[in-house]
Amino acid sequence: MALENIAHELAERLKQGAADYIEARLEESQTSHITYRGKELESIGRSEAVGGNVRAMVKGGWGFVSFNSLKDLPGRVEMAIKQAGLVGREKSQLAAVPPVVDRVLAGVEGNPVAIPLAEKKVMLDEYNEIIWRNPEIQTATIGYGDSRKRTIFLSSLGSHIEQERLDITLRVAAVAARDGDVQQAGLSVGSRGDLKPIRQLHREVERLSRHVVALLSAPKAKGGEYTVVLDPVLAGVFVHEAFGHLSESDFVYENERLRELMTLGKQFGRRELNIVDTATLPGLRGSYKYDDEGVPATRTYLIREGKLVGRLHSRETAAKMKEPPTGNARAVSYRYPPIVRMTNTFIEPGEVSFADMISDIKEGIYVKNWYGGTTSMEMFTFSAGEAYMIRNGQIAEALRPVVLTGNVFDTLNNIDAIGNDLDMNQGGGCGKGGQMPLPVSNGSPHIRLRRCLVGGR
Amino acid sequence: MEEILIKAKRAAEEAEVFLISSEETEVHFEANRLKQLQTRQQTSVALRLIRQGRIGYAVTTNPDEYQGLVDNALETARFGTSAKFALPGAISYPQIEVFSDDVASVSVEAMVALGEKLVASVTQHTPDIICEAEVTKGAISVRLLNSRGGQAEYRKSYFSFAVEGNLTRDTDMLFVGDSANSCRAMLEPAPVIDTVLQQLELAKEQARVPTKSLPAIFTPHGVASALVMPLMAAFNGKTVLEGASPLGHRLGETVFDTKLQLYDDPVIPLRPSSRPCDDEGVPSQRTPLIESGCVASFLYDLQTAALAGTRSTGNGSRGHGGLPSPSPSAFVIAPGSTSFDDMVGDIREGLVIEQLMGAEQGNILGGDFSGNVLLGYKVENGKIVGRVKNAMVSGNVYQALKDITALGSESRWVGSFLQTPHIYCPAISVASKG
Repeated sequence: MALENIAHELAERLKQGAADYIEARLEESQTSHITYRGKELESIGRSEAVGGNVRAMVKGGWGFVSFNSLKDLPGRVEMAIKQAGLVGREKSQLAAVPPVVDRVLAGVEGNPVAIPLAEKKVMLDEYNEIIWRNPEIQTATIGYGDSRKRTIFLSSLGSHIEQERLDITLRVAAVAARDGDVQQAGLSVGSRGDLKPIRQLHREVERLSRHVVALLSAPKAKGGEYTVVLDPVLAGVFVHEAFGHLSESDFVYENERLRELMTLGKQFGRRELNIVDTATLPGLRGSYKYDDEGVPATRTYLIREGKLVGRLHSRETAAKMKEPPTGNARAVSYRYPPIVRMTNTFIEPGEVSFADMISDIKEGIYVKNWYGGTTSMEMFTFSAGEAYMIRNGQIAEALRPVVLTGNVFDTLNNIDAIGNDLDMNQGGGCGKGGQMPLPVSNGSPHIRLRRCLVGGR
Repeated sequence: MEEILIKAKRAAEEAEVFLISSEETEVHFEANRLKQLQTRQQTSVALRLIRQGRIGYAVTTNPDEYQGLVDNALETARFGTSAKFALPGAISYPQIEVFSDDVASVSVEAMVALGEKLVASVTQHTPDIICEAEVTKGAISVRLLNSRGGQAEYRKSYFSFAVEGNLTRDTDMLFVGDSANSCRAMLEPAPVIDTVLQQLELAKEQARVPTKSLPAIFTPHGVASALVMPLMAAFNGKTVLEGASPLGHRLGETVFDTKLQLYDDPVIPLRPSSRPCDDEGVPSQRTPLIESGCVASFLYDLQTAALAGTRSTGNGSRGHGGLPSPSPSAFVIAPGSTSFDDMVGDIREGLVIEQLMGAEQGNILGGDFSGNVLLGYKVENGKIVGRVKNAMVSGNVYQALKDITALGSESRWVGSFLQTPHIYCPAISVASKG
């Protein structure tokens, strides 16, 4: 049976269910992937998946059932209600949202998954050839993946939303080795289904290949506190890790102390600092029209003029904190319930040029490119793919990649210059609560951080 | 499954069908309260075939749609890698106990009670703490059929629970936590509670560390968060084959401290990481990786082993249906003879590292690690004096494990992947703020 027909039958069931609230998501997806490892193609394949879930709320408790057999959906609904009943001991609280009936297409011409594998392989062959032109490359990996996903969201409020989404990711990593020393470097890009930006990376791949070999002769940074300048890519990771996660209300809403700490209006940074999260910008990987609770996407200022002014919500966290819902409940697939997540998060541009930003730094570090990042809410770490010493206002010698760390509550205050060159990085995937990689994008102009702790010898 | 195999064999020289299905129930506590009950059912069927010498592959969650599965696999076989291996025929497998009936019979109410006990014990000790807890039970079944008559089938059960506490004071956050897992039902939370309460006790005071090189004891959690990822990459046969493993050319050489023994061990009874065979139907075996400091072996699946001119070690892993790739099943580091107390007693100024955040983000292949001490303690004159904050620990696994002062006398499981004792290293680089 087609997904639409299943959805219609299920919608009726949800309205009759004995729970405070019930929702269901049905999902079908097609993906293809091609990976190279070493000079050779390692894996090429296609996959198809169908599945769904039912989530019910009874007296403030949630029951969640996920499945990929679409048989006996009424039984799954009953099971979710029964489970919620076992958990619920309070009062159900969900922010009111109007029911929505809508159909949202991907908004991109063509479906990347349907493009023959042979054609995508030609593109990757070119990148592979570029990497291996450099004789000091020891090995490399190229991972390409695309997907088309169609979801139907239904709720007992009467919402019926169909959304289609296309996604492409490419990760290229190169490894150089000499005398038992191994260095690696990578680049990672993504798009909302448009293959064009993924096809035009020849120069970047060539640069990556040269950079990784150069790392072999680069020294390690000396550990300690530095003035650090972050490029837009890494500053985007920084804003995501160092502040974005703390804005996700599911961590805050039932923690009294944290709620006090995160009182709206509190000063977190200088007046020049503005941080936004929004899923409403077209073409970005974190964008959508409705989140996985059927709530329309919004534009949320997290920090405005240095002050905490907003946070990201699901319907439940919004109700419990008595704030408006923001449409940030997202699930990585039908196997998981939606949780509060970021979408496209960025620092708004300021006025300082890059040259001015580094001109008065006697000894500092310029860090570029993303390697990874993580947070414990208070503390965060993130790692740079490239690092250079700054000496007397000039970019100087290259360093081995560095890991930076800081404390969320003082680091935003330590941003003392914000560049004029906002750029969004589409290559990220975020992990939280076992759900990863969720498509997000991060961005920022160049920024300067005072007194940032850098790991090293 | 049989039908898929028959259909695939008509169009290809060899074929293999892999089916994995799982069912899991999880009770989740948030902010000290019961919050959510989840059940998850999932089935995947993967088809790998060899046509004109090349590997084709496809996977679906819908076993009834097998025509599409065969067509997709055939499309990919046009470009697939040349198959260098032979699928295993009919062989016998070791008997490894990984299924226990008592898991399925644990009621949701009993799981809730266990979670409540975890949360209550921690909040009783420290009333302001906010806990998350999880109790999970589940079972998976795996079935594999291939065109050479190879056949494998097993069921596995698992049960786990975990608690994590967050104590916020002003802008200071302390995170503590522990977990346990087994193929058998476990209804006694005491060991996990004891660990968490001990963490809370040791973290009561705060202590400063200087920016310098200091002796450090990695607890089992610390070993997991700082040292294990680089070793997983280095012992992977694929990394070795590519020449990207720092250990690749050092088989038989003493690279590590002679006290160090490391095994990959999928045959320990009642461990969720154990299984009678890998995901290609190769029998499970215990593989020595480091013997008395000497690099003893690497881990292989069928294809990688064939390319490297060796035999599969039974480490072909395919997650929930992906293409097989070498992957360790469980790392086991053999215990030594020094107690934790004696290690601490030996240090004039140093660190105990329990959790390093972000250590896996650096140059893993080269063995580098660098992370923020999320949970760690300062040692002064043979005593733990308090919790370390705003410090970063950096090093290189190959240097750190070349010269170990001592290995702990007791080892434990961290998650389902690692069993290790404490590891005491003479000098680790520490950078501290302020």
